[in-house]
Amino acid sequence: MAELKVLTARFNTPNSTDIDTYLKDGGYQAIAKALKMTQDDIINEVKKSALRGRGGAGFSAGMKWSFVPRQLNKPKYLVCNADESEPGTCKDRPLMELDPHQLIEGMTIASYALGANLSFIYIRGEYWYLVAILEKAIQQARDRGYLGKNILGSGFDHDIIVHPGAGAYICGEETALLNSLEGKRGHPRIKPPFPAVVGLYGCPTVVNNVETLAAVPHIINKGADWYRSLGTEKSGGSKMFSLSGHVNRPGNYEVRMGYPLMDLINVEGGGMRGGKKLKAVIVGGSSVPIINAEDSAKCNLDYESCQSVGTMLGSGGVIVMDETVDIFETTFNLIRFYNHESCGWCTPCREGTDWLMKIFKKIKAGMGEESDLDLILKLCFNIEGRSHCPLGEAAVWPITSAIKKFPEDFKKHLRKSLPVLSMANA
Amino acid sequence: MFSPEIEKKIDATIAKYPHKRSALLPLIHIAQNEQGQVTEDAISYIAERLDLTPVEVYEVVTFYSMYFLEPIGKYNLQVCRTISCMLCGAYDILEHLRNKLGIKNGEVTKDGRFRLTEVECLGSCSTAPAMQVNFDYHENLTPEKVDQILSKLP
Repeated sequence: MAELKVLTARFNTPNSTDIDTYLKDGGYQAIAKALKMTQDDIINEVKKSALRGRGGAGFSAGMKWSFVPRQLNKPKYLVCNADESEPGTCKDRPLMELDPHQLIEGMTIASYALGANLSFIYIRGEYWYLVAILEKAIQQARDRGYLGKNILGSGFDHDIIVHPGAGAYICGEETALLNSLEGKRGHPRIKPPFPAVVGLYGCPTVVNNVETLAAVPHIINKGADWYRSLGTEKSGGSKMFSLSGHVNRPGNYEVRMGYPLMDLINVEGGGMRGGKKLKAVIVGGSSVPIINAEDSAKCNLDYESCQSVGTMLGSGGVIVMDETVDIFETTFNLIRFYNHESCGWCTPCREGTDWLMKIFKKIKAGMGEESDLDLILKLCFNIEGRSHCPLGEAAVWPITSAIKKFPEDFKKHLRKSLPVLSMANA
Repeated sequence: MFSPEIEKKIDATIAKYPHKRSALLPLIHIAQNEQGQVTEDAISYIAERLDLTPVEVYEVVTFYSMYFLEPIGKYNLQVCRTISCMLCGAYDILEHLRNKLGIKNGEVTKDGRFRLTEVECLGSCSTAPAMQVNFDYHENLTPEKVDQILSKLP
């Protein structure tokens, strides 16, 4: 087993959500250490660790923090993105359910580095049961002086509000999330300005994924070099992967960055279910291009290796498909998802996903023609890069890659030739 | 329009935020959880509490998939239909429920007990297929397990 236990180290600890257990396990030592460091030292340490955004974009966390104009005379905010809704991804759920204090500590360190006195956990509404777990942990942290006024006598104030969403994939996009948090429809905002400068309530705001923030206490405790050394040169640390689909042991696994994809499937996942052959994998949540078995064998779980086989690490939602799967059907499933979740703000995405649905329905009904595949690709071309947020790209990459890698699965649904309409039979 | 206990909860929710409009989503949740749907009265009430117009509340209600303007029945069966659940048999679960309850997606049984709602990814990908009965997660479903879950509901 190459499984690492950094973020997941306390998952099997009895009463892992209780602050006493957390303290006994060495919890809240990182915040004490961080409060003695300068804000720049913390940001530089996180930069050096090569921690990259775990929500999907993979942007350097330390770099993102450094964009906040701390001298600006406005409140600063930290928002933890817990809207986990990328299909195939379910890793943030156990991070909050089983170790909420790790997240609270990470958020407090980040807030101190940013000069933020108030932060939010924007959690998807479906994770309703987690709100109570988080709020209980937050109250415990307040009672012990790890949240609230003058934390550990440092003069730094910080509190956290847990904010439930209400069912919208788009709210995982950071600017849509901020609109939602302001009590509006979850429409993305036009960038620039970026949230680091103009974010929540028009103030500088950093939005970080749960897993990103949960890694912060470990980086402060053990140092950037240690964290970076767990992974590859450019992709530091460990990462959680949600393994789903046709494997014997689906689940959330934490492994080092750069771990071979096939090892995750065969070792952690216990191999293919029913001894079937691997057909395809979606490595980073449903929005990234699908890869075939051949490319899967060459793919390691880090940003660069994924890119080299034409896909992305994304959020780490690894969806495994065996030889029985019809890629047309899974692609149809996904275009229905993106059509349903398009927020309607940008015309190419709103109308484009609608038209894609119509053509997929036509093919599914056995009425598709060869030219429909070209039409799909043309529609995809007219969505990609033409919407304000990445949902447009997210909707088309699964389709274009599927048609390219598995053309036979699409062609077999097309009708052979036009039926001849005869008046005599009418 | 709500009980003193709920009013207190609403006051506390509004007071938490630096700008009160941020309390909009949580307040709609509170109202729906109380009344089983988002009523017109609730929309007007929330608008008044947050200094918004009713249409500003309405446009938010209609944007998010967890809010319902019509009665959702006692138990809203929200079955995930997205890819990981699909690969593990979600379509069979949906067919089973359609046959068992005699309703389609978005319909409520005549006795008002169940609503069948197809939903997108619930974040149960490694424990697929999954559904939520109101806010409770049920995972690694089989048609038999679904029967057991429904029969145990009070």
